[in-house]
Amino acid sequence: MKKSHVSEGVMHAVFLVSACVSILAVALICIFIFANGVPAIMKISPIKFLTGTNWKPLEDQFGIFPMIVGSIYVTAGGVLVGVPIGILCAVFMAKFCPHRLYKILKPAIELLAGIPSIVYGFFGLVVIVPTMRSLFGGSGKNIITASVMLGIMILPTIIGVAESSIRAVPDSYYEGALGLGATHERAVFFAVLPAAKSGILAGVILGIGRVIGETMAVVMVAGNQATMPHSPLEGVRTLTSNIVLEMGYASGLHKEALIGTAVVLFVFILIINLSFSAIKGKGRD
Amino acid sequence: MEAVQNIENKKINANEIQGINKQTFAQKLSGYKRQPLSLFLLILVCLSALLTVGVLLFLIGYILVNGIPNIKPELFEWEYNTDNVSMLPSMINTLYMTGLTLLMAVPVGIFSAIYMVEYAKRGSKLVKVVRTTTETLQGIPSIVYGLFGYLMFVIGCHWGYTLMAGAITLAIMVLPVIMRTTEEALLSVPDSYREGSFGLGAGRLRTVFVIVLPSAMPGIFSGIILAIGRIVGETAALIFTAGTVATAATGVMDSTRTLAVHMYCLLSEGLYMKQAYATAVVLLVMVLVINAVSGMIAKKFTKK
Repeated sequence: MKKSHVSEGVMHAVFLVSACVSILAVALICIFIFANGVPAIMKISPIKFLTGTNWKPLEDQFGIFPMIVGSIYVTAGGVLVGVPIGILCAVFMAKFCPHRLYKILKPAIELLAGIPSIVYGFFGLVVIVPTMRSLFGGSGKNIITASVMLGIMILPTIIGVAESSIRAVPDSYYEGALGLGATHERAVFFAVLPAAKSGILAGVILGIGRVIGETMAVVMVAGNQATMPHSPLEGVRTLTSNIVLEMGYASGLHKEALIGTAVVLFVFILIINLSFSAIKGKGRD
Repeated sequence: MEAVQNIENKKINANEIQGINKQTFAQKLSGYKRQPLSLFLLILVCLSALLTVGVLLFLIGYILVNGIPNIKPELFEWEYNTDNVSMLPSMINTLYMTGLTLLMAVPVGIFSAIYMVEYAKRGSKLVKVVRTTTETLQGIPSIVYGLFGYLMFVIGCHWGYTLMAGAITLAIMVLPVIMRTTEEALLSVPDSYREGSFGLGAGRLRTVFVIVLPSAMPGIFSGIILAIGRIVGETAALIFTAGTVATAATGVMDSTRTLAVHMYCLLSEGLYMKQAYATAVVLLVMVLVINAVSGMIAKKFTKK
C-alpha cells in the first residue's frame, strides 16, 4: 500500500515536471534570442536598425528595413493568392463535395500540408521560376514567384481551419436561407459563410504566421537581394532568408545583427499569435 | 411518421432532404439560368478545388517523373564523396535524428498531456499557462528554433554542430504536436472507463497506464507519425544546430546532415540538380509513406 503511494507521488511529480517543459522551452527561447539580439539592436541603435535601408555588413551598415518590407510584401502576396482559393476550396469540401470524393480530397489536402518546405522550394525553383522568367523576363525570382509559392504552401492551413469553422455553423442557418428561397450556392455564401467569419479569420492569421516564418522555400525563389523592391517583379529578401543566408559565415556584430533580425521576426510572430488567440477566444463566446 | 424519425437522425437527414428535392439535370440547368450568380459561385468553388488538387498532383507528378530517372545506384553508396554525392549517409542520419528526437519528445509530450488531462484541476492556472506556451511554440518559425539551438547548444554548451543539438531543438519543436494529439486522444476516452477502474480499486497511476493510455493509443500514434513527418522534412532548424557534414554519424556528438538538409546543400551549391531531383523523390516518397501509414493506423483503430 505504502509503495504504491510513493510511486503515485513520484509519477505525479514527473507528469507535473513534463508539463512545465514547454514553459521552460518558451522561456529559454525568449531569453536566448532576446539576450543575444537586443544588445546588438541597441549597439546599432534601434532606429537605424529598423528603418535603415542599407544592409552592408562589410561596411558595418545594418538596416533591415528592406527585409521587413520584403517579408510584408511576400506575406501579403501569399495571402492574396492563398486565401481566396483556400476559402473557396474549404466551401467546396464542406458544402459541395460528394461524400465519396471527400474521402479522397481530405487526405490529399493533408498530404499537401505534409510536403517538406524544401521540396516546395525545389518545385518553385524548377517550375515556377522558369515560368515567371518566360512570362516577365529577368531572373524569374521575384515577389510574384514567392507569393505564388507561399500561396500554395498555406492552402492546407487555411482550408483546414476554414472547413471546420464552416462545418461548425448550425444547419438551421442553411435551412433557413433555403426556406426563404435561396439557391444552395446563395445559402452557403450569404448565410453560412458570414457566420463562419471569425473562424476563417483565425485560419488566415494562422496562415500569415506560417508565411512570415517560412524560410527554405522563400530562399529558393525570392531572389534575396537586400535592397528595397520597387516593383513586384523585383527580387526581395525576407527576414528569415536574411538569417539563413548569412548566419553560416557571419561573425562579430554582423552575427549579432542577424540575431537581431530574428528578434524582429519573433516579435512579429508573437503579435500574430496573440491576435490569433484573441480572435479564437472571441469566436468561442 | 418515418420522416420525423429521419429528421431526428441527423446523418440521414441531409440525404433524405436531397431525396425529396431530387431535380433532373435539365431542371438544375434552367434554375442556374435564372440565377447566374449561383452558377458563377458554383463554378468558382469547383475551380478552386480543382486547382488545389491539380497543384498537388502536378507537384508530385513533376517530381516523380523528372526524379525517378535520376535515381542511380551510386546515390546509395555507403561513403559520401563529391563524385557520387551519395544520399545514403544522410538517410541514415535522418533515421538517427528521428529516433533521438522522438526519444526525448514522446515521453515528455505524453506525460505532460497526462498531467493536463488526468491530473490538473479544472481551470487550474498552470494548465492555462502551459496551453498558451504550447500555442506559442507551435507558432515559432523553424529558423528561430534553429537560431535558438545554435545559441544555446552549439555556442552556449560548447557542443559545436552535433546530432544532439539538432535533436533537442527538434524535440522542442515537435513537442506541441505530440502534446496536442495526445491530449485530444486522452479526452476522447470515456469517463466511464476511469470510473470503472477506480471502482475496482485501482489507483490513479494504474488507471492512467492500464486503462486510459491503451485506449488512447491510436490518437497518440497518429501524433507521433505527424511529428516524424515534421522531423524528416525539417531544414531550417537543423542547418545551424546539426550542421551539414555528409557522413553517417557514429555518435550523438557528431555533426550530421539529414536528407532535407542534404537537399538544401545540393541546391545551394547548384552543381547537382540531377541528384537534387533524386533526393526530392526520396523525400517525397518518405512523406507519402508516412502519411499513408498514419491514415492506415487511424482507420484500423477506429474500426475496432
